[in-house]
Amino acid sequence: MSFTGTLQVTTQGDREVRLVREFDAPRRLVWDCFTKPELVRRWLFGPDGWSFLVCEIDFRVGGSYRYVWHNPAAGAEMGMKGTYREIVPHERIADAQVFDQDWTGGEAISTLVFTERNGRTTVDNTMLYSSREARDAVLESGMKEGMALGYDRLEQFMSTLPAGGSA
Amino acid sequence: MTAERLDATFAALADPTRRAIIARLASGEASVNELAAPFDMSQPAISKHLKVLERAGLISRGRDAQRRPRKLEPKPLAEATAWLEKYRRFWEGSFQNLDVLLDELKAAGKQQQGRHRK
Repeated sequence: MSFTGTLQVTTQGDREVRLVREFDAPRRLVWDCFTKPELVRRWLFGPDGWSFLVCEIDFRVGGSYRYVWHNPAAGAEMGMKGTYREIVPHERIADAQVFDQDWTGGEAISTLVFTERNGRTTVDNTMLYSSREARDAVLESGMKEGMALGYDRLEQFMSTLPAGGSA
Repeated sequence: MTAERLDATFAALADPTRRAIIARLASGEASVNELAAPFDMSQPAISKHLKVLERAGLISRGRDAQRRPRKLEPKPLAEATAWLEKYRRFWEGSFQNLDVLLDELKAAGKQQQGRHRK
Protein backbone atom coordinates (compact mmCIF):
# COMPACT_ATOMS: atom_id res chain seq x y z
CA MET A 1 0.00 0.00 0.00
CA SER A 2 1.39 3.42 -0.82
CA PHE A 3 0.71 6.64 1.05
CA THR A 4 0.39 9.99 -0.57
CA GLY A 5 -0.67 12.05 2.43
CA THR A 6 -4.32 11.72 1.51
CA LEU A 7 -6.78 9.61 3.36
CA GLN A 8 -7.43 6.05 2.29
CA VAL A 9 -10.76 4.56 3.20
CA THR A 10 -11.47 0.91 2.62
CA THR A 11 -13.90 -1.67 3.91
CA GLN A 12 -12.71 -5.00 5.23
CA GLY A 13 -15.06 -7.95 5.47
CA ASP A 14 -18.63 -7.25 6.51
CA ARG A 15 -18.20 -5.13 9.60
CA GLU A 16 -15.05 -3.06 9.29
CA VAL A 17 -14.00 0.28 7.91
CA ARG A 18 -10.34 1.16 7.78
CA LEU A 19 -8.87 4.67 7.55
CA VAL A 20 -5.19 5.22 6.83
CA ARG A 21 -3.61 8.67 6.81
CA GLU A 22 -0.04 9.93 6.95
CA PHE A 23 0.93 13.13 8.79
CA ASP A 24 4.06 15.20 8.38
CA ALA A 25 4.92 15.20 12.08
CA PRO A 26 6.64 12.95 14.61
CA ARG A 27 4.59 10.33 16.37
CA ARG A 28 4.56 11.90 19.82
CA LEU A 29 2.92 15.05 18.43
CA VAL A 30 0.28 13.12 16.50
CA TRP A 31 -0.33 10.98 19.58
CA ASP A 32 -0.92 14.11 21.69
CA CYS A 33 -3.43 15.40 19.15
CA PHE A 34 -5.50 12.23 19.52
CA THR A 35 -5.35 12.02 23.30
CA LYS A 36 -5.28 15.51 24.84
CA PRO A 37 -8.68 17.24 24.93
CA GLU A 38 -7.25 20.74 24.44
CA LEU A 39 -5.67 19.50 21.18
CA VAL A 40 -8.56 17.27 20.03
CA ARG A 41 -10.80 20.35 20.32
CA ARG A 42 -8.71 22.09 17.71
CA TRP A 43 -9.17 19.62 14.85
CA LEU A 44 -12.06 17.21 15.42
CA PHE A 45 -14.73 19.90 15.53
CA GLY A 46 -16.67 18.60 12.53
CA PRO A 47 -17.73 19.99 9.14
CA ASP A 48 -18.62 23.66 8.53
CA GLY A 49 -21.25 24.91 10.94
CA TRP A 50 -20.38 22.36 13.63
CA SER A 51 -18.35 22.84 16.79
CA PHE A 52 -17.59 21.07 20.04
CA LEU A 53 -20.02 21.44 22.92
CA VAL A 54 -18.24 18.86 25.09
CA CYS A 55 -14.78 17.38 24.65
CA GLU A 56 -13.64 15.47 27.73
CA ILE A 57 -11.01 12.77 27.92
CA ASP A 58 -9.98 10.61 30.86
CA PHE A 59 -7.03 8.97 29.18
CA ARG A 60 -6.33 5.67 30.96
CA VAL A 61 -7.43 2.07 30.45
CA GLY A 62 -10.98 1.88 31.79
CA GLY A 63 -11.30 5.67 31.52
CA SER A 64 -13.74 7.22 29.11
CA TYR A 65 -14.09 10.13 26.76
CA ARG A 66 -17.12 12.14 25.82
CA TYR A 67 -17.61 14.20 22.64
CA VAL A 68 -20.70 16.29 21.85
CA TRP A 69 -20.88 18.35 18.67
CA HIS A 70 -23.56 20.85 17.79
CA ASN A 71 -24.67 22.85 14.81
CA PRO A 72 -26.66 25.81 16.21
CA ALA A 73 -27.89 27.02 12.80
CA ALA A 74 -29.34 23.60 12.01
CA GLY A 75 -30.48 22.99 15.58
CA ALA A 76 -28.62 19.70 15.54
CA GLU A 77 -26.58 17.92 18.15
CA MET A 78 -24.59 14.69 18.07
CA GLY A 79 -22.80 12.97 20.92
CA MET A 80 -20.69 9.91 21.52
CA LYS A 81 -18.93 8.19 24.35
CA GLY A 82 -16.00 5.81 24.42
CA THR A 83 -14.16 3.68 26.96
CA TYR A 84 -10.46 2.95 26.63
CA ARG A 85 -9.67 -0.75 26.56
CA GLU A 86 -6.01 -0.73 25.62
CA ILE A 87 -3.30 1.93 25.62
CA VAL A 88 0.27 1.34 24.46
CA PRO A 89 1.92 4.76 24.75
CA HIS A 90 2.72 6.33 21.36
CA GLU A 91 1.75 3.11 19.58
CA ARG A 92 -1.77 1.88 19.99
CA ILE A 93 -5.18 2.78 21.40
CA ALA A 94 -8.27 0.57 21.42
CA ASP A 95 -11.62 1.80 22.65
CA ALA A 96 -15.26 0.79 22.63
CA GLN A 97 -17.50 3.63 21.46
CA VAL A 98 -21.18 4.29 21.00
CA PHE A 99 -23.24 7.21 19.71
CA ASP A 100 -25.99 8.79 21.84
CA GLN A 101 -28.58 8.19 19.17
CA ASP A 102 -27.60 4.58 18.92
CA TRP A 103 -28.20 3.84 15.28
CA THR A 104 -25.22 1.51 15.33
CA GLY A 105 -26.87 -1.29 17.29
CA GLY A 106 -24.29 -1.38 20.04
CA GLU A 107 -20.66 -0.56 20.60
CA ALA A 108 -18.04 -0.29 17.90
CA ILE A 109 -14.41 -1.12 18.58
CA SER A 110 -11.91 1.40 17.28
CA THR A 111 -8.23 0.52 17.04
CA LEU A 112 -5.68 3.23 16.30
CA VAL A 113 -2.11 2.28 15.39
CA PHE A 114 0.60 4.95 15.14
CA THR A 115 3.84 4.28 13.25
CA GLU A 116 6.64 6.71 12.51
CA ARG A 117 9.06 6.67 9.60
CA ASN A 118 11.49 9.44 8.68
CA GLY A 119 9.74 11.89 10.95
CA ARG A 120 6.33 11.19 9.42
CA THR A 121 3.54 9.36 11.19
CA THR A 122 0.97 6.99 9.77
CA VAL A 123 -2.29 6.57 11.65
CA ASP A 124 -4.16 3.38 10.86
CA ASN A 125 -7.68 3.32 12.29
CA THR A 126 -9.85 0.22 12.05
CA MET A 127 -13.47 0.46 13.14
CA LEU A 128 -15.21 -2.81 13.90
CA TYR A 129 -18.98 -2.42 14.07
CA SER A 130 -21.44 -4.77 15.72
CA SER A 131 -22.93 -5.76 12.39
CA ARG A 132 -22.84 -4.98 8.72
CA GLU A 133 -26.05 -2.97 9.12
CA ALA A 134 -24.39 -0.91 11.86
CA ARG A 135 -21.42 -0.07 9.67
CA ASP A 136 -23.72 0.99 6.86
CA ALA A 137 -25.87 3.04 9.26
CA VAL A 138 -22.84 5.00 10.44
CA LEU A 139 -21.89 5.87 6.92
CA GLU A 140 -25.46 6.67 5.93
CA SER A 141 -26.69 8.76 8.83
CA GLY A 142 -23.57 10.06 10.48
CA MET A 143 -21.84 11.78 7.63
CA LYS A 144 -24.62 12.80 5.31
CA GLU A 145 -23.23 15.29 2.85
CA GLY A 146 -25.21 14.30 -0.18
CA MET A 147 -22.80 13.85 -3.02
CA ALA A 148 -23.69 12.73 -6.46
CA LEU A 149 -20.78 10.85 -7.86
CA GLY A 150 -20.47 9.76 -11.40
CA TYR A 151 -18.81 7.19 -13.47
CA ASP A 152 -15.75 9.41 -13.85
CA ARG A 153 -14.89 8.75 -10.21
CA LEU A 154 -14.20 5.11 -11.02
CA GLU A 155 -10.47 5.43 -11.36
CA GLN A 156 -10.22 7.47 -8.21
CA PHE A 157 -12.17 4.80 -6.41
CA MET A 158 -9.95 2.03 -7.72
CA SER A 159 -6.91 3.80 -6.36
CA THR A 160 -8.41 3.73 -2.86
CA LEU A 161 -8.71 -0.03 -2.92
CA PRO A 162 -5.91 -1.97 -1.22
CA ALA A 163 -3.29 -3.98 -3.14
CA GLY A 164 -3.52 -2.01 -6.35
CA GLY A 165 -5.45 -3.61 -9.18
CA SER A 166 -6.20 -0.36 -10.94
CA ALA A 167 -5.33 0.26 -14.57
CA MET B 1 -29.29 1.43 -2.21
CA THR B 2 -29.56 -1.55 0.13
CA ALA B 3 -26.99 -2.89 2.55
CA GLU B 4 -27.12 -6.25 0.75
CA ARG B 5 -26.26 -4.67 -2.55
CA LEU B 6 -23.40 -2.64 -1.13
CA ASP B 7 -22.10 -5.72 0.57
CA ALA B 8 -22.18 -7.73 -2.65
CA THR B 9 -20.34 -4.89 -4.37
CA PHE B 10 -17.57 -4.72 -1.80
CA ALA B 11 -17.27 -8.50 -1.58
CA ALA B 12 -16.90 -8.64 -5.36
CA LEU B 13 -14.23 -5.91 -5.28
CA ALA B 14 -12.29 -7.59 -2.48
CA ASP B 15 -10.38 -9.72 -5.00
CA PRO B 16 -7.42 -8.31 -7.00
CA THR B 17 -8.25 -10.27 -10.18
CA ARG B 18 -11.80 -8.97 -10.14
CA ARG B 19 -10.58 -5.41 -9.58
CA ALA B 20 -8.25 -5.79 -12.55
CA ILE B 21 -11.17 -7.04 -14.66
CA ILE B 22 -13.23 -4.02 -13.61
CA ALA B 23 -10.32 -1.71 -14.44
CA ARG B 24 -10.04 -3.32 -17.88
CA LEU B 25 -13.78 -2.99 -18.54
CA ALA B 26 -13.63 0.67 -17.54
CA SER B 27 -11.95 1.30 -20.89
CA GLY B 28 -14.61 -0.58 -22.89
CA GLU B 29 -16.37 -3.92 -23.23
CA ALA B 30 -14.38 -7.11 -23.79
CA SER B 31 -14.93 -10.80 -24.50
CA VAL B 32 -14.08 -13.51 -21.97
CA ASN B 33 -11.00 -14.45 -23.99
CA GLU B 34 -9.80 -10.86 -24.07
CA LEU B 35 -10.36 -10.56 -20.34
CA ALA B 36 -8.51 -13.82 -19.65
CA ALA B 37 -5.48 -12.89 -21.77
CA PRO B 38 -3.52 -10.78 -19.23
CA PHE B 39 -3.97 -13.36 -16.48
CA ASP B 40 -2.23 -16.65 -15.98
CA MET B 41 -5.58 -18.31 -15.45
CA SER B 42 -7.81 -20.81 -17.17
CA GLN B 43 -10.96 -19.59 -18.85
CA PRO B 44 -13.19 -21.40 -16.32
CA ALA B 45 -11.35 -19.60 -13.51
CA ILE B 46 -11.95 -16.24 -15.18
CA SER B 47 -15.58 -17.19 -15.82
CA LYS B 48 -15.99 -17.82 -12.11
CA HIS B 49 -14.77 -14.30 -11.34
CA LEU B 50 -17.07 -12.89 -14.00
CA LYS B 51 -20.00 -14.70 -12.43
CA VAL B 52 -19.28 -13.06 -9.06
CA LEU B 53 -19.08 -9.63 -10.69
CA GLU B 54 -22.26 -10.30 -12.62
CA ARG B 55 -24.16 -11.41 -9.52
CA ALA B 56 -23.06 -8.21 -7.77
CA GLY B 57 -24.50 -6.27 -10.70
CA LEU B 58 -21.12 -4.76 -11.52
CA ILE B 59 -20.98 -6.15 -15.05
CA SER B 60 -23.45 -7.39 -17.65
CA ARG B 61 -23.39 -9.01 -21.07
CA GLY B 62 -23.33 -6.92 -24.22
CA ARG B 63 -25.57 -7.38 -27.26
CA ASP B 64 -23.22 -9.31 -29.59
CA ALA B 65 -24.50 -12.88 -29.23
CA GLN B 66 -21.34 -14.42 -30.74
CA ARG B 67 -18.69 -12.69 -28.63
CA ARG B 68 -20.84 -12.30 -25.55
CA PRO B 69 -18.78 -9.32 -24.43
CA ARG B 70 -18.91 -8.19 -20.82
CA LYS B 71 -19.40 -4.56 -19.98
CA LEU B 72 -19.29 -2.45 -16.86
CA GLU B 73 -22.48 -1.44 -15.05
CA PRO B 74 -21.50 1.92 -13.59
CA LYS B 75 -24.35 2.39 -11.08
CA PRO B 76 -23.44 -0.02 -8.26
CA LEU B 77 -19.83 1.07 -8.40
CA ALA B 78 -20.83 4.72 -8.24
CA GLU B 79 -23.06 3.94 -5.23
CA ALA B 80 -20.22 2.19 -3.45
CA THR B 81 -17.95 5.13 -4.22
CA ALA B 82 -20.50 7.64 -2.91
CA TRP B 83 -20.87 5.64 0.26
CA LEU B 84 -17.16 5.66 1.00
CA GLU B 85 -16.87 9.24 -0.16
CA LYS B 86 -19.14 10.58 2.58
CA TYR B 87 -16.99 8.96 5.21
CA ARG B 88 -13.78 10.08 3.55
CA ARG B 89 -14.94 13.69 3.34
CA PHE B 90 -15.75 13.91 7.02
CA TRP B 91 -12.39 12.49 8.05
CA GLU B 92 -10.33 14.19 5.39
CA GLY B 93 -11.75 17.54 6.53
CA SER B 94 -10.85 16.77 10.13
CA PHE B 95 -7.39 15.50 9.23
CA GLN B 96 -6.67 18.65 7.24
CA ASN B 97 -7.44 20.62 10.39
CA LEU B 98 -5.01 18.32 12.18
CA ASP B 99 -2.30 18.99 9.56
CA VAL B 100 -2.57 22.71 10.36
CA LEU B 101 -2.45 22.07 14.10
CA LEU B 102 0.59 19.79 13.78
CA ASP B 103 2.46 22.45 11.79
CA GLU B 104 1.71 24.94 14.55
CA LEU B 105 2.89 22.55 17.25
CA LYS B 106 6.09 21.76 15.33
CA ALA B 107 6.85 25.47 14.92
CA ALA B 108 6.14 26.11 18.61
CA GLY B 109 8.42 23.19 19.58
CA LYS B 110 11.28 24.58 17.50
CA GLN B 111 10.87 28.04 19.05
CA GLN B 112 10.98 26.56 22.53
CA GLN B 113 14.09 24.53 21.71
CA GLY B 114 15.71 27.75 20.45
CA ARG B 115 14.93 29.49 23.72
CA HIS B 116 16.36 26.62 25.81
CA ARG B 117 19.61 26.72 23.90
CA LYS B 118 20.19 30.40 24.70
